[in-house]
Amino acid sequence: MFASPILAVRHLNVWYGNRQVLGDVTLDFAPHHITALIGASGSGKSTFLRSVNRMLDTIPIARVEGEIFFQQHNILQEDTDVIALRRSIGMVFQNPTPFPKSIFDNVAYGLEIQGIGHPRRPWWTSRHRSSTKFEHSHHPLDIAVMRSLKEAALWDEVKDRLHHSAFRLSGGQQQRLCIARALAVQPSVLLLDEPCSELDPISTRHIEQTLLRLREHLTIVIVTHNLHQARRIADTTCFFHAGSILEHGPTQTLFTTPRESLTHDYVHGHFG
Amino acid sequence: MRLAQRFHERLAIGCCRMSALLTVSMLAAVLLLLIFSGFRVMNLHFLTANWQHMDIAQGGIFPALFGSIALGIGVITVSFPLGLATAVFLTEYRPHALWKRTVQLAIRNLAGVPSVVYGLFGLAVFVQTLAFGMSLLAAILTLSIMTLPWVITAAIEALEAVPLHFRESSLVLGSTHLQTTWHIVLPAALPGSITGGIIGVARALGETAPLILVGATFYLSHLPRSLLDPFMALPYHTFILATQHSSPVAAAYAAGTALVLFGLTVLLCSGAILARFWFRKKKDW
Repeated sequence: MFASPILAVRHLNVWYGNRQVLGDVTLDFAPHHITALIGASGSGKSTFLRSVNRMLDTIPIARVEGEIFFQQHNILQEDTDVIALRRSIGMVFQNPTPFPKSIFDNVAYGLEIQGIGHPRRPWWTSRHRSSTKFEHSHHPLDIAVMRSLKEAALWDEVKDRLHHSAFRLSGGQQQRLCIARALAVQPSVLLLDEPCSELDPISTRHIEQTLLRLREHLTIVIVTHNLHQARRIADTTCFFHAGSILEHGPTQTLFTTPRESLTHDYVHGHFG
Repeated sequence: MRLAQRFHERLAIGCCRMSALLTVSMLAAVLLLLIFSGFRVMNLHFLTANWQHMDIAQGGIFPALFGSIALGIGVITVSFPLGLATAVFLTEYRPHALWKRTVQLAIRNLAGVPSVVYGLFGLAVFVQTLAFGMSLLAAILTLSIMTLPWVITAAIEALEAVPLHFRESSLVLGSTHLQTTWHIVLPAALPGSITGGIIGVARALGETAPLILVGATFYLSHLPRSLLDPFMALPYHTFILATQHSSPVAAAYAAGTALVLFGLTVLLCSGAILARFWFRKKKDW
C-alpha cells in the first residue's frame, strides 16, 4: 500500500492481569496519513494507543508482548528511551487536560522540562506582554509557543491573554491548547484519544480542520466514536472488535463496501 | 403509635442538639474564663517586656513568646519537608505494598503516641546521645517528629487529590517521573500540605510535657543566642505560673499567658484557613 510505514505494529498482545485486551494486532501506519481507530467501547482502541507511546508502563498490571517498530527500533524493548519516544510520539486525551498554569506556561512546559529556560523578566514587571512584542521575540521558547499555538489554530484567540489561566478557556479552546502543548515538542506522530467526544460541533470542526492541516508534517492516529468524524478526516480506518483488528483499509472502502458483516453492522449503527 | 414515634424523634434530635450545645458552651466557657481572668494583665508591656522573676507585675512574657515562635518556625522548617517527601514517596513512587503498609502503620501509631513519650525519646536521643543538651534544637527536633504524622497525612490527602490526568499529560510530553512530580504534582498539592503543616505546628505549640524534658526553662536572663541554648515557652510558662509561683497575681498572669498562646494558635489556624480559601479560589480543576 505504501513504501515505508512510520509505525509498524507486529503481533501486539496486551493483558491486564489475566484478561487479554488486545490479541495479535498487526498494523502499519503510513506517514502523513490520518488513521482513525473505530470500534465499540472496550474493544481495545485506547489500550492500543497507549501501547504506542509506552503509557501502559504506568499501569502496573499491564503486560505487553509483540513488536512496535518506530524509526527502525522496536520500542517495546526494555532499553528504549521512553522519554525520547514520548517526545516523538505525542498524545492528546479525551478530556481537555490543561495544567493549572497560564496558557503560555502550558504550551512551554514540554520545552521547559527539556531545559529551555524562560525568557528572563524581573518578577515585578507585569506578566502581560503584547502580542506584537511577542511576535518579535527571538527567544526560542517564545518562538516555539507561538508556532505551536498557530499550528493548533488557537493563536488569534489567545495572543493577547497568554498570561491568563488555561482554565479560563472554553472546552474546545482547552483541547486545542492541549494539541498545541503536544506540538510544542515537535513530535512526528500524534495520538489522539477521542479528542472531540466532550466538545460541541463547532469546536469539533475547528479541531478536525486543525488535524487536516497538521497532516502536512505529522502522522495522526485518532480514536473516535464519531463515525462521521472518521469519514470526514481519516485516510485509513481500522475497525477494532473485541481486542483485535477486524478490518482496516481506506476510509471510503471501509465505510461503503466493508468485507466483514460486523463492520457493516457497526458503520451502519446496528451496534456499538 | 404515631405519637410515640414522634416523641422518639423529638427526643433523639433533642439529645443531639444538647450535645452540640454542650460542646459549644464548653468552648465558650474556656474562652470566657481565659479572657476574664487574663485580660487584666494584657497590654503591650506584658507582650514585649522581659521576664522579671521577683516581681512579675514588672515584667512580661516576651522571652516565652519568642521561644514559642522560634519553636514553631523551627518545627515547620524540619517537619514540612520531611513529611512532604515521605508523602511523595508513598503516593507518587508507589512503593511495594509491604513498604507502604509498614510506613502507614508507623504513621498511624506515631499519631497515637502520648506526647510525653516523645519527650522521653527526645531526652534520650537528642539531648543525651547526640549531645544537643537541653536546647531549642532538641525541642524543635522532638516536636517535629511529633508533628510528622499530621503533616504526612495532610500531604498524602493533598497529593491524592491531584487528578491523575495532570500526571499523564505531563508524562506524555516526555517528562520524567521526577519532573512531573516537581513541576506539576507538588505545586498542585502544596496548598493542602501547607495548611496541614500549619495546623500540625499549632497543635505542637501547645505541648508542655515534651518541652519540659528537652529544653524549656522557666527563667532565662536572656533570649536564646543559638539553637543550642535553652529557651522559654508559653505553655510551660503558663504551667509554672499556675502551679509553682507564690505571687498573688500569678494566676492572672498564667491566664494572660494562656490567652497569648491561645491567640497564637488561633492566628496560625485562621492563617491556614485563609490560605486554603485563597488557594481554592485560584485552583479551578
